[in-house]
Amino acid sequence: MNPIDFFMDLFNPDLAFLPKALVVAVMSSVVCGVIGSYVVLRGMAFIGDAVAHAVFPGLAIAFVISGNLVLGGTIAGILTAVLVAIFSQNRRVKEDSIIGIFFVAAFALGIVIISQAPGYAGSLQQFLFGSITGIPDSDLYIVCGTTAFVLLVVLLLNKEFITVSLDRESARALGLNVFWLDIVLYVLVTLAVVISVQIIGNVLVLALLIIPAATARLLSNNLAVMMFLAPLIGGLAAIVGLYISWSWDFPTGGTIVLVLSATFLVVWLFSYRHSDRRINVD
Amino acid sequence: MTAMLEIEDIAVELGGRRVLHDVNLNVSKGELVALIGPNGAGKTTLLRTILGLQRAAAGRVRVTEDAAKPGKTAIGYVPQRHEFAWDFPISVANAVVTGLSGQLGLFRRPGVAAWEATAEALDRVQLRDLADRPIGQLSGGQRQRVLVARALVLRPTVLLLDEPYTGLDMPTAELLSTLFSNLAHEGRAVLMTTHDLLGALTDADRLALLNRSIVAVGTPAQLVTEPESWMKTFGVSSDSALLKMLQVMV
Repeated sequence: MNPIDFFMDLFNPDLAFLPKALVVAVMSSVVCGVIGSYVVLRGMAFIGDAVAHAVFPGLAIAFVISGNLVLGGTIAGILTAVLVAIFSQNRRVKEDSIIGIFFVAAFALGIVIISQAPGYAGSLQQFLFGSITGIPDSDLYIVCGTTAFVLLVVLLLNKEFITVSLDRESARALGLNVFWLDIVLYVLVTLAVVISVQIIGNVLVLALLIIPAATARLLSNNLAVMMFLAPLIGGLAAIVGLYISWSWDFPTGGTIVLVLSATFLVVWLFSYRHSDRRINVD
Repeated sequence: MTAMLEIEDIAVELGGRRVLHDVNLNVSKGELVALIGPNGAGKTTLLRTILGLQRAAAGRVRVTEDAAKPGKTAIGYVPQRHEFAWDFPISVANAVVTGLSGQLGLFRRPGVAAWEATAEALDRVQLRDLADRPIGQLSGGQRQRVLVARALVLRPTVLLLDEPYTGLDMPTAELLSTLFSNLAHEGRAVLMTTHDLLGALTDADRLALLNRSIVAVGTPAQLVTEPESWMKTFGVSSDSALLKMLQVMV
């Protein structure tokens, strides 16, 4: 299918789900690109993965009781993050183990809950691997609102997030509340994951968080540029991925992630050849 | 002399264990004091207590006559270099201005005054030319100066340096020690932990020997004549290399 046909399909009233899917995919990519920049720079990829899994029981409950998916996922994600924060106070078991325990437990709970819904195999597959159909109009507004909210918070707290990322201890000495800033960042990660999960799926949502930001990091030594490039890369990959999946009838989530991965590889090869290698390890 | 930093009868407990007790130490305006002691002596804990990050079980810390509080007191803190995320994509100037993040308050962006303070601090550590350089591309000595500049943007009266010479070669350490002496003599109170005993003996105005408590305080000239204090602080015997070094200094 050539791009013009794809463009025509976007305006075909019989295919109303397609432009909606495109908007949600692009919005998700933008939010994930911005939040992902922090996730990548702070080495929080594992936490991102954990949050992605932790939202699942919330989605499942919302699905079973026909509630709002975004709300359900957010509550479950935040609840898990808080539990991890509390249980990590016991220093005998390290935080990454606690995270490992809680996110698989949450994910397992989600599977058990969703199995209670009639015809659950189909909906399970939708949750795990994403789907471009069946996005209600109300979700469109929620996704747009969430995007605006997350970007606003990042704009307001950017200075604090940078300071904590550079050195937690001196951030504390400067009077910043590092604990609460961490919680806010976890909530932002959760929101980014929740709005992305419908299109791209629970298993692959981590890719949207990590790959555009990691690719942007290869291209820039400046956080502001990185936070501009990451959403751009993610957004373009979402459009290209949706186009390819629509043309060849590939699963959308998987296709978007493959486009992202290919972009990362190309940029990595390019930047490896041109890298100044001046980063001091010290 | 006016004491800008007063540490009175400080005791600190970590996990129910008393790691510091009866610590008394004053640092005056214009003075560079080196805090030395073996690993586990409580040097970092004492710095954290001064910063208000560690609660004292007893005693008090006062900075220019006020009780020390994070973000409220004009203490410049220079952390150990390896604590800092040098791979973060940020320029020298942008890293230095984060020293004002607490003082500016939530949601506020650095304004003209903040950038002026940043430029002044960069001038003071002679990094103005590298203001736009990504921090990842700096050498060890330059990185240490970035951390000092970041502490100086608060225009602090008290400066705390945690192991600033670790991992630096001698010429670099020498340049830095001149900088630290000057920063003190311009009218700040500087307290520095260090493992570089020779450097401390030559550069510091006074030394404080710490092992769970202050064992001895004095000028280098006074302390080189007190081998017992060094033996007690470092747990070494009378024929150790450390004491031989002191004898040469006498």
